[in-house]
Amino acid sequence: MSDLKIIQPGILSLPQDSGRFGAHGIGLTTGGPLDRSAFYWANRLCGNRQQATAIEVTIGGLVLQSNATTRLAVTGAKMPLSINKQPVSLWQTHNIYPGDRIELGFAEAGSRAYLALAGGFKIEPIFNSTSTVPREAIGGLNQDGAPLQANQVLPCDDTDNTKLGYSLPENQRPDYSHNSVLLRVVLGYQQAAFSRIQKQLFFSSDYAVTDSSDRMGYRLKGADIRPSIDGILSEGICLGAIQVPADGQPIVLMNDRQTIGGYPKLGSVLSLDIGKLAQLMPGGNVRFSAISVEQAHNLLALDEYRINHIELERLAL
Amino acid sequence: MSDLNPSISIAGENSLILYFGDRPSDAIASQVAQVVEQLRLSIGEVLIDLVPSYASLLVIYNPLQSDHHRVRAAMRSALDGLTVSRAQQQGSLVILPVYYSAESGPDLRGLADGAGLSVDEVIAIHQQAEYRVYAIGFAPGFAYLGEVDERIAAPRLATPRQKVPRGSVAIADRQTAVYPAQSPGGWNLIGLCPQRMFDPNLTPSMPVQVGDRVRFDAIDKQAFLALGGEL
Repeated sequence: MSDLKIIQPGILSLPQDSGRFGAHGIGLTTGGPLDRSAFYWANRLCGNRQQATAIEVTIGGLVLQSNATTRLAVTGAKMPLSINKQPVSLWQTHNIYPGDRIELGFAEAGSRAYLALAGGFKIEPIFNSTSTVPREAIGGLNQDGAPLQANQVLPCDDTDNTKLGYSLPENQRPDYSHNSVLLRVVLGYQQAAFSRIQKQLFFSSDYAVTDSSDRMGYRLKGADIRPSIDGILSEGICLGAIQVPADGQPIVLMNDRQTIGGYPKLGSVLSLDIGKLAQLMPGGNVRFSAISVEQAHNLLALDEYRINHIELERLAL
Repeated sequence: MSDLNPSISIAGENSLILYFGDRPSDAIASQVAQVVEQLRLSIGEVLIDLVPSYASLLVIYNPLQSDHHRVRAAMRSALDGLTVSRAQQQGSLVILPVYYSAESGPDLRGLADGAGLSVDEVIAIHQQAEYRVYAIGFAPGFAYLGEVDERIAAPRLATPRQKVPRGSVAIADRQTAVYPAQSPGGWNLIGLCPQRMFDPNLTPSMPVQVGDRVRFDAIDKQAFLALGGEL
C-alpha cells in the first residue's frame, strides 16, 4: 500500500464516496459529494468505479505530498492546481510520483473541488460508506467523521500510469463564474399549505445564498414565504427538500441534512441541480422553477444517457 | 383496515411519502413498521432508503429503475395487507435498565416538584408505561419514545445544556428518550441507562427500531455500575 501525506488540509477537506444509503432508519444521513457531477467526472477520468472515494475540497488550500506512483484528477470549482509548483489543468489526469507535491489554491469560481486518485483512496467504510459526516461523527479516514488534518496519511494503491491519460472535453466542463443558478423543483410534501400567491412569489423571486450555508443546508435570503401551517409532525426529509421555517426564509436541505424534521416543505430541488447550488459562493443568486415529477424523471434519464455517451479525450504524448 | 385513511404524496424526484394519520398512536407505529417490512420484500431492489417516522413513511427509490406509479402501487398494496391482528403482534419488546437518582438525573427533583409528585412517584409512572419507538433521528441512534403519562410530561428546559451525558434518560413533553451519545440537549434528565443505544461497531447498531416497544426497569447504583454504567 502506498499513500499521500496531508501537508495542509485546507479549509475543509472530506473523504466522500457516493454516499451512505440504507441507514436512515437509525438516524444516519446520506453524506456524499455535494456536486455529484464533478465527483463523477473525477472518478471517471481516473478509471474508477462511480462510488470510489475521492476528497471533497471546500474553498481550497489542500496540500499533499505523494509517496505513490499513480494518477490523479481534480474537477469542480476552479482552484489553481499545481504539481511541484507547476500550474496544471483541472478536468484531466496527471501522473504523480513519490516526492511530488500537489497543491490546491483557493477557489476563483465555484466552491467545491474533487480530487480523485486511480483506484480510489483506500479508506475503511462504516455503515457501508466512507462518506464523512462531521455532525454525526461518522465516516472519513478514521471513521469518526473528522475532516482531514495535517500529517494524516491517505492510503492508496500504486497504479500503472504508463498509458495515456484522459481529459474531459472543454465543452462539457461547467462554468461556475456566473455565481447564479436556476433550480428546478418538484412540488411536494406540504405544497398544499402554500397558497397560489405564496408559490408565485417563491417562483418569481431572487434569493441569495447566505454565509450560514453548509453541507447540511443552504439558507437563502429573499422574499418571505408563508405557509398556512407552522409545523408538522416530524417526517422523513429527502435530498433537496425546501424547508420553510417560521421566518419565511427557505432552506434547501443538502447531503448532510437531518433525516427527520418538522418544518413545512414546499417540494424538493432536482438532484441534478444540487451540485450547482453547492458550487455557489455566499451571495450567489438563486431562482426556482417548477417541473413535474415526470419531467424530473425524463431529465434524470437524459442526463444518464448524456454522460454515458460523452467520450473522454486521450491526452497527447 | 377500515379505520385507516392513509394518503400518499410526492416528496421529491425519487421520493413518495405515506401519511398514516395526523397524530402518532400505538396502532400507527405498528402499521409503519409493517409497511416498512412489506416494502423491503416487494420492491427492495429499487429502494434507496426508507425513513419511518411518527405517522409517516418516506420511501426513496431509484428513479432510473422505477417510477412513482409503480412505487405508489407497491405502497397501496402494502397498506391493503395490514391486519389488526398483525398490528398487535408487531414490534419487539426491549427492556432498558435505568438508574433513576439525583446524581444520574439532575432534573428528577425539579420535574417531581413541578408535577406535584414525589420522586418515587415520577419513577414509578415513568416505568409503568410501555412506550413505542415513534421515530429515530436528530442524531444517530436517537429514538423518540411515546407517549409519556401526562402527569410527568414536562416542557423542554428554557436553556438547553451544552453537554448531556451519553445514556441520559430524558423527558420532553409527552416523549422520552435515551441520549445515544454525549450531545447538547434541552430535555429533562431523570436517570441514566447503562445500555448503549448506538454502537457503530455492533450489528445491529441499535437495540431498537421504529415500531418496537420499550419498557424501563429501575436498577440501583450497584447494578448500574455492574452493567458498565459510568457516572
